[in-house]
Amino acid sequence: MKNKNFNPESRKAFLVGFICVVVLIYLFQLFRLQVLSPDYKDWADSNAFLKKTQYPSRGVMYDRNGNLLVYNQPTYEVMVVMRETQPFDTLAFCNAVNIDMETFRKRMQDIKNRKLNPGYSSYTPQTFLTQLGNKEYGILQESIYKFPGFYIQNRTVREYNYPNAAHVLGYIAEVDKQNMSDDNYYMRGDCIGKTGIEKSYEEYLRGEKGVEILLRDAHGRIKGKYEEGIHDVAPVSGKDLTLSIDMDLQAYGEELMKNKLGTIIMIEPKTGEILCMVSSPTYDPSSLVGRQFSKTFSELAKDPYMPLINRAMNGTYPPGSTFKTAQALTFLQENIITPNTVYSCYGGFPPGGGRPKCHGHASHIALAPAIGTSCNSYFSWGLKAMLENKKYGSIQNAMDKWRDYMVAQGFGYPLGVDMPGEKRGMIPNSQYYDKWHRDANGRPWWKAMTVISIAIGQGEVTLSPIQICNLSATIANRGFFYTPHVVKEIRDTPLDEKYTKPRYTGIDSKHYNPIVEGMRMAVTGGTCRAANIPDIAVCGKTGTAQNSGRDHSIFMAFAPMEDPKVAVMVFVENGGFGAYYAVPMGRLMIQKYLKGEIPEEDKWIENNMKNSVVLRSVLQKN
Amino acid sequence: MSYRKISIWNTVDWWTIALYLILVIGGWFSIYTSTYDFDQPGMFDLSTRTGMQLLWIGSSLLIGFSLLLIEKDWYELFSVWIYALVILLLIATIFLAPEIKGSRSWLVIVPGVLQVQPAEFAKFATALVLARVLSLYKFDITHWKRTLLIFGIIILPMILILLQKETGSALVFLAFFLVLYREGMPGAILFSGFAAILFFVLAIRFGEDVWAGNTPVGIFLVLISILIFMLIILYNYRKGRHHAKYIVIGLLVVGAISGGIYSFFPFNLCWVAGGAVVLVVLYLLYLFLNYRASTYLWAAVFALASVVFLYSVDYVFDEVLEPHQRIRIQVTLGTIDDPSDAGYNVNQSKIAIGSGGLTGKGFLNGTQTKLKYVPEQDTDFIFCTIGEEKGFVGASVVLLLFLILILRLIYLAERQRSTFNRVYGYSVASIIFFHLTVNIGMVIGITPVIGIPLPFFSYGGSSLWAFTILLFIFLRLDGARNDRL
Repeated sequence: MKNKNFNPESRKAFLVGFICVVVLIYLFQLFRLQVLSPDYKDWADSNAFLKKTQYPSRGVMYDRNGNLLVYNQPTYEVMVVMRETQPFDTLAFCNAVNIDMETFRKRMQDIKNRKLNPGYSSYTPQTFLTQLGNKEYGILQESIYKFPGFYIQNRTVREYNYPNAAHVLGYIAEVDKQNMSDDNYYMRGDCIGKTGIEKSYEEYLRGEKGVEILLRDAHGRIKGKYEEGIHDVAPVSGKDLTLSIDMDLQAYGEELMKNKLGTIIMIEPKTGEILCMVSSPTYDPSSLVGRQFSKTFSELAKDPYMPLINRAMNGTYPPGSTFKTAQALTFLQENIITPNTVYSCYGGFPPGGGRPKCHGHASHIALAPAIGTSCNSYFSWGLKAMLENKKYGSIQNAMDKWRDYMVAQGFGYPLGVDMPGEKRGMIPNSQYYDKWHRDANGRPWWKAMTVISIAIGQGEVTLSPIQICNLSATIANRGFFYTPHVVKEIRDTPLDEKYTKPRYTGIDSKHYNPIVEGMRMAVTGGTCRAANIPDIAVCGKTGTAQNSGRDHSIFMAFAPMEDPKVAVMVFVENGGFGAYYAVPMGRLMIQKYLKGEIPEEDKWIENNMKNSVVLRSVLQKN
Repeated sequence: MSYRKISIWNTVDWWTIALYLILVIGGWFSIYTSTYDFDQPGMFDLSTRTGMQLLWIGSSLLIGFSLLLIEKDWYELFSVWIYALVILLLIATIFLAPEIKGSRSWLVIVPGVLQVQPAEFAKFATALVLARVLSLYKFDITHWKRTLLIFGIIILPMILILLQKETGSALVFLAFFLVLYREGMPGAILFSGFAAILFFVLAIRFGEDVWAGNTPVGIFLVLISILIFMLIILYNYRKGRHHAKYIVIGLLVVGAISGGIYSFFPFNLCWVAGGAVVLVVLYLLYLFLNYRASTYLWAAVFALASVVFLYSVDYVFDEVLEPHQRIRIQVTLGTIDDPSDAGYNVNQSKIAIGSGGLTGKGFLNGTQTKLKYVPEQDTDFIFCTIGEEKGFVGASVVLLLFLILILRLIYLAERQRSTFNRVYGYSVASIIFFHLTVNIGMVIGITPVIGIPLPFFSYGGSSLWAFTILLFIFLRLDGARNDRL
């Protein structure tokens, strides 16, 4: 070497060392990226995998006679992939889907607007139009080739064969934030049952969503299935339901209740199956579907008659005289009275100075006729005798005993009907009265006379219509009932035991005989003679629930007297005395169910009922 | 002088050829998997890049083994002519090449089928001529005329390639400074180069930061670095070692006092650091005048030059660099954090590599590279595919294979008897090392994005041919090292 101003060995060593250090640094950085930080794996997955949900078809519903009530109808959505669009005849497109040019331009701008449409990508399909009508679908389908970048996608919506039973069936709507946080099954855009059976049987109806894992490239384009789809999960269809509702009966009830507020419920006592559940006013369930949902919904929500409320379950009222049957049964079981016990009545309850008042009937009356004529005094005497009976030790104990009988007969708590929003009503206990009635020293001070009006279904007591109907079914069964339910069968799934096991009231069935007899008397010669059908032994009981406006008209009945087939409850808000509206309607409903049609000679009643309007007083109230 | 001819097949370094073959075949599989598509026809279809790369590999082997058969003296003999030819080609390219992806570096020979990048071939040509010049009799690298000549040889192709807007390929020629260092270039030049890089990084990385009391962090750190470098120079000069001690003590005293004041009354610390630099420079000049040792003068000049450099960094960064280069540097230094836009490539490349984990997702199972999240995944970013599918293990193996190849080349270069062979051998090692450093550094987010291929792996005929020629010429030279006895 000529140039010896430097040491070649050390220079070589320096270069080799430098190269090794660089490689070491790189190895360390690789280790850091690949082994030490786990985040990169998740980022890579969220980059590359598109989990596409496969929606199951929602279960459909049949009525008890096998008529299809609710099913899924395919609907069409117009999708657009912006990147694939080419200049086309916009006017022809607008005509095909029946929109104007202004809407078209606005819609296209909205899709591209990332503020309105955060998930926008010009490579993925974007929803241009939802709920395309059948006619528009037909036209567009034929000419879609002229509009590159536009596609038609199939979806399903609920479709209804009958305009009835809206409250029973309920409706579905897009999930809200609450739904999504309660159950992480739901994603934005999913539908969930909001009311009725759609809500209470949501878990059966919805089925199981499937998932398809797709690979997505950097531009959002789908590049195929991940590992040939071995990680995919197929969707499971929702379970079909058979309802206990008889749709003809339901429709007939709704027709009778037209222009009236109230409810008609019919239960098959032998099974607890609800045959019809009318709540008036009602609405057409198909009006709460698809594009018109929000418009219809806000109209219904604003309606002063509150058509969205299911009055059969979600309202409570004083049961009035119908409650007397439950009192009599309690007194009989507790040996307070016998069927032959006779009480006095001189147009009013004597110890109360003629209050509660009663109506004209012969004084000194036994149990069965007392029910037949709906004597207020008789049951007031009975309750007074029970509450003042020494065997309970105190009026508090007597009161709580009484309450237990009420609860056993299905009052005071929700029955457990398979529908959402059931109200419990009100059965007071001793604590309740202790709290509200005190003497000068602050000690509880109340007596039988303080609470006497509960004996005739007034005062603090409230029941929901379904509880009143269930009382009728219990009497028809002479001492037990099945929890009322609207779903008769879930496909491939046994019904909850709750709906197949009888619940006993704890009152001997022999005590029911005088009650049945009294209710029969009420029909044959008492308060509800209008329900006296010649060839069907109807047993009934009217009720008049006092109200700040006009009284509510109540009728509960079952028929036939021996081997009852049906229990019915009619409730007409502001319908006045029970016999005015509720009894004739009950008569018609029983005939409709047991005979299938209304006999010629009763057509006038039918016309009367259909054409009468009982709304005025509500308007005044409002 | 006797002449003995031994068959090249007995003397050629088969270890290097084996490494070469492993890397090329590994590269081919990486290209296959990174361009793999669900409707990909097959591995050998010439309409695909995998098929084409097979053609390039085949032709490269043909070229490589042909080169082994050429008379070894010819390389030395024709080196200047080859260099001249390549320079002419580079000049012609500037005017003839169409613009592809913003650069004018591709000569289209058969449109759509064959196009070459002359810049790739300028590397071996420059290496040859550099080896030729350095092996001239009594060549003194430290003489300023010779230094100028050598710099000229290196810088000429750089400028021509820069004119083609291929910054990455131009920067590769900086690798020759490693060779020059080995051949006796003053270490100060390499040292200054690294210092410049450090100053640049510090000034840009902390250019926006300000400490309380209005101390610009970037400038302050550079001034401190200058002080440290001066001390290192002084300490390395045996006779000046005790002066370094005095300066350290002085600086510590000044630092303690100003630190104390600063904690109560924050002020601009650059005044202290700058003042210290000035004082040390004056001290060095005094030493130089007293002892007449040039080291003192050079240390002072270094400090002054560094200060000038520091104040020109902002100008160079803002005015000389192109906007996209500026952004790439800022992304690497972390002053821009925008994974969706400027930092997209590097971020996606890190995700791809990072998601590979320890052992990788398996051959053809990489989602990030296959679904085109990583840009240029079969050329400049091909290392991502390895990182994703083969994991840390596979990526490390590739890195270590390169390291072994480079060290092997240095070993071979050192055993040469002729300067020509040694310089050429070092050139090959340095060029491969530079490519490796910049390419993998970019992919794993250590160096800015500079578009140069990973040798033997990245797709492309020009690149593979050029590296094959570069390597096999040296193998030919090495195989004949004992011919002349």
